[in-house]
Formats: sequence, structure tokens, C-alpha cells
Amino acid sequence: MSGGGLRRIALTALLIALVVRPSWFAWAFAPFAPTGGPVIYERASLLSLSLNHLGLVVLASTAATAVAVTLAILVTRPAGAAFLPLSRTITNIGQTFPPVAVLALAVPALGFGSGPTLVALFLYGLLPIFENAITGLTTLPPATMEAARGIGLNGWQRLNRVELPLALPVILTGIRLSVVIALGTATIGSTVAAKTLGEVIIAGLLTNNTAYVLQGGLIVGLFAVLIYDAMIRLETYLTQRVTGGAAGR
Amino acid sequence: MIEIDQISKVYDGKAAVDAVSMTVETGTITVIVGTSGSGKTTLLRMINRLEEPTSGEVRINGVVTTSMPGHILRRRIGYAIQGHGLFPHHTVGRNIGAVPQLLGWSKEKTRARVDELLDLFSMDPAQFRDRYPAELSGGQQQRVGVARALASRPDLLLMDEPFGALDPIIRARAQTDLRRIQRTLGSTIMLVTHDMEEAIHLGDRVAVMDGGQLVQHGTPAEIIQNPATAFVADMVGGVDRPLRLLSLIAVADIVEDGPATGTPIAAEASLRDALSACLWSGRDALPVTRGDAIIGRVTLPAIRAQAQATA
Repeated sequence: MSGGGLRRIALTALLIALVVRPSWFAWAFAPFAPTGGPVIYERASLLSLSLNHLGLVVLASTAATAVAVTLAILVTRPAGAAFLPLSRTITNIGQTFPPVAVLALAVPALGFGSGPTLVALFLYGLLPIFENAITGLTTLPPATMEAARGIGLNGWQRLNRVELPLALPVILTGIRLSVVIALGTATIGSTVAAKTLGEVIIAGLLTNNTAYVLQGGLIVGLFAVLIYDAMIRLETYLTQRVTGGAAGR
Repeated sequence: MIEIDQISKVYDGKAAVDAVSMTVETGTITVIVGTSGSGKTTLLRMINRLEEPTSGEVRINGVVTTSMPGHILRRRIGYAIQGHGLFPHHTVGRNIGAVPQLLGWSKEKTRARVDELLDLFSMDPAQFRDRYPAELSGGQQQRVGVARALASRPDLLLMDEPFGALDPIIRARAQTDLRRIQRTLGSTIMLVTHDMEEAIHLGDRVAVMDGGQLVQHGTPAEIIQNPATAFVADMVGGVDRPLRLLSLIAVADIVEDGPATGTPIAAEASLRDALSACLWSGRDALPVTRGDAIIGRVTLPAIRAQAQATA
């Protein structure tokens, strides 16, 4: 097995242990805890916080992908081309809003909890996916597109059989960026009482307990690294399929 | 039979194609030749309605092309382009079978057709069927592109500079292949090129386009002997005209009895090849073979007479 494979397995094992059996690591975090204070976060199970955290990210990223890709498809059709600048502006606004501001604005409307976090993650996820989908759908090989029309594929068949499969690796890159941003941003959701791993970090900051901060940060970081890695591998695999395996030989 | 009737395309008040009419007989190759901007590609693209004509109409075997949706029409017309335009994420077999699949052929029928075409293009089906385009050479990709265009036995095959991206040697082989396959299948082909050499070599008919207009439409010999305009004369290349004319005549047409020595020439070769062989080897006569048998000779004076008599 390659070094990369071993490292991947080791990191995954570490992550699972940190989430499921945090007490195993008390010795490591103890030096960072205040004297006499708690070392391991026990107000909620780290496993349930992790699942909630990931659940929020998956939900928000799925919604963002659906909306951004649909939007990108619409504005790259001849009939929708006029809306390209407008849709770019809208997704850009989503990105320029600081996540904390989105949370603050969403709380009065949606109340405390997961709702505002979901909105913030969704808005934040749109731009990278949309921009990448636009790039993917507008930089297809011209001869292939000409041939696709020329042999008699209709618009829908061109989209499904040629455009989306060829643009998929680039779209996935956008989704990957968006997911990783969301993994980090979701921690801020705990400021409005969303049940995420941010809770551990914020508890640590409020009580001056660096052990908590490290614990929460380490788990979120490991999730981000492993998910990022898995998605890169998926992209490489798909790129090889799109270029007919030549890239892999 | 393909009838093009007073077809025009106007962009911003300027005619890219100006009232072109021509008739293409079934089972022939018509080569549309012209410089860039002459409207030749636009003319071709109006036949399968990748461009909608501003006015005029096209009839294929009497059926007006606008009587059906564009994509349905295009499934009945083969289309091969420069740079092949294969789907990089599909295997060779799936690329060639694309139109049959659109037309709802059964899997077995499509597969049999794919293998038949690969054989026809001298590519072993077992070896190539499941490869991806990126794994093929340029010449092979181009052949797969033409095979895809022929897959559903279309009424008409349109080719837009199909050999433009190939190097000269592969290009000559591709042209010979196309000629052979067209003879075998009896296809009707319209091909666009800027290369008069290619037009003369491939075309049963040559149509010369200039400034959006069809300036001459005739056999290669007619085009060379009686260019309609100075532009056509320029295209067929003033000094090369006798040589181009000789390239259209086979040695078999002027073979005579008599002795000759040295390396023989095949009866199917052109007079240009024969002339070249005479000059190169310093001989006045070449033995002519058909198969393995010597059937006579071809002489330098006889070749000269052909170039003179008609030029």
C-alpha cells in the first residue's frame, strides 16, 4: 500500500477515535486545560455534534449544488444568456456577506438553532459551485459540441450526454471548495445555538480552556482534510473517465 | 438526389451565401471549394440546418428539409468535421453507434454496424471498439469520426474540411480511403475544402465558391480546362493545370502495345504519376501492369498529347 493510503487510514482512525472515545486522549489535552478544570468536553457527545455538523454541511451543500448548477445550466443556454451577469451578481453578493452577518440577520426570521446556519452555509456555498459550473459548461471542446449538434442530439440530449459529463470534474471542484468552506463556517453556527462542533470551540473560548478549543479544532480540521482528499480522488477518477483514461496511463 | 434551390444566408445585411442553386446526384462526391470567407462552410451547414437559410430551400430526395425538426433531419444526414469532434468520454464503439442509438436501433444491430464500419476503415473491431478517442492516433480518430457519420447509412454525408488537421501522408491515405468507401457504399457526399488538389482528387463534381456565389460547378476536367472566371483559373493554378489534368486520367486509358523496359507502372495510376516516373528514370516508355501481367506500355509522347490535346 502507498504511503498516501497508509496516512489516509491513520488519519481516519485518529478522527474516529477522537470523536467516539475522546477520553483516550485526556493525557494529550491535559497540559492545555486550566488547572483542575475539565479536559474532555462532556456536555454533549462529540459523535452527535459531529453528525449534526456534517448533516448541516451536507444539507446546505446539496441545496447549494442543486441551485447553483441549475442556475449555471439556465444561463449557459442561448435563451438564458441575458441573465448571466445578473445571476453572477446575486451569487457574488451571497459571498461578500460575512457569515456572522448572515447569522445575525437570519436569527430574527428563523429563530435560534440550525436554521440560520443552514441559510449562511447555503449562501456561502453558491458562488464557488456556480462559477465552476459556468466555467465547465462554457469551455467544452468546440469540435465536440459542433459534432453533438451535427449528428442530431437535441438540446436536452446534448446537456445530459455531453455537456454535463464533460463539465463534471470542474463542477466537482467547485463543490469541493464549497464543502470545505462550509465545514469551517458551520462552527460559527454555534454562536446562534446550532448543534455543531463549534460548540466545543466556543465553550473553550468562553472558559479559557484551550483543551476544548484544540479538541474541536482538531476534529473539524481532520474532517476537512479527509473530505477534501476524498473529493480530489473522485475528481481525478472522473477526469480520467472524461479524457478516456489517457490521463491515467 | 439533393436539390439546393436559390439558397441564401444574410448576416447583418451582407450575403454570406448568395442565391446558390445546385443539384447533387445520388452516389457522387461533390466537393465545394473556395477560400475562407467564400461561404462554403455556411452553404454546407445550411443543408443540415445547423444554420437556417435566410431564403431558399433544400430538398433531399424530393423532401424539403424544413418539413421536420432540425435534430431529426440531422440524424438522417451524416456529418464529419475537422478535428473529428468525437465524444472524449465515450468509447470508439459508442461514438460510432451514437446515431443508430438515437434512431432506436437494437443493441445487436448497432454493434454489428460498428464492427462492420471499423472493418471497412481497416481498424480491428476487437482491438479498437472499447478504446477511448484519446488513445487513438490523429488518423484513427479521423476515421472514427467519418465512421460515426456513416453509421446510420445516411442519405447524405456532409464533410467540413474533414482532413484539415491531418499531416500530408495520412491525409492522402484518408482521401484514398474515403474514395474507396464511397464507391463501396455508394454514398452521396458533399465535402468542403479550401484545397483544390483535394477537390480534383476526390470530386466527381467540383463547385467553386467565391464571395458567397457559386461561380462554377462541373467535373474536375471542366473546371481545369474551362475556368469560368479568373478566380477559378487562379484556384486551379495556372502553371499546374496540365499536371492536374494528367492527374485525372488513368494510365489504362492510353495504354498501347509495344515494348518497354524498367520498373512497370500500374494501369490504375494517373498519367501524372507516369510522367513523373518517365522524367525521374529518364525513360520514354514505361511497361504497364494490371495485377501481375504486363498489358502494354505508356509513352512520353502519348502523355504529352493528352496534356496538349485537352489543355
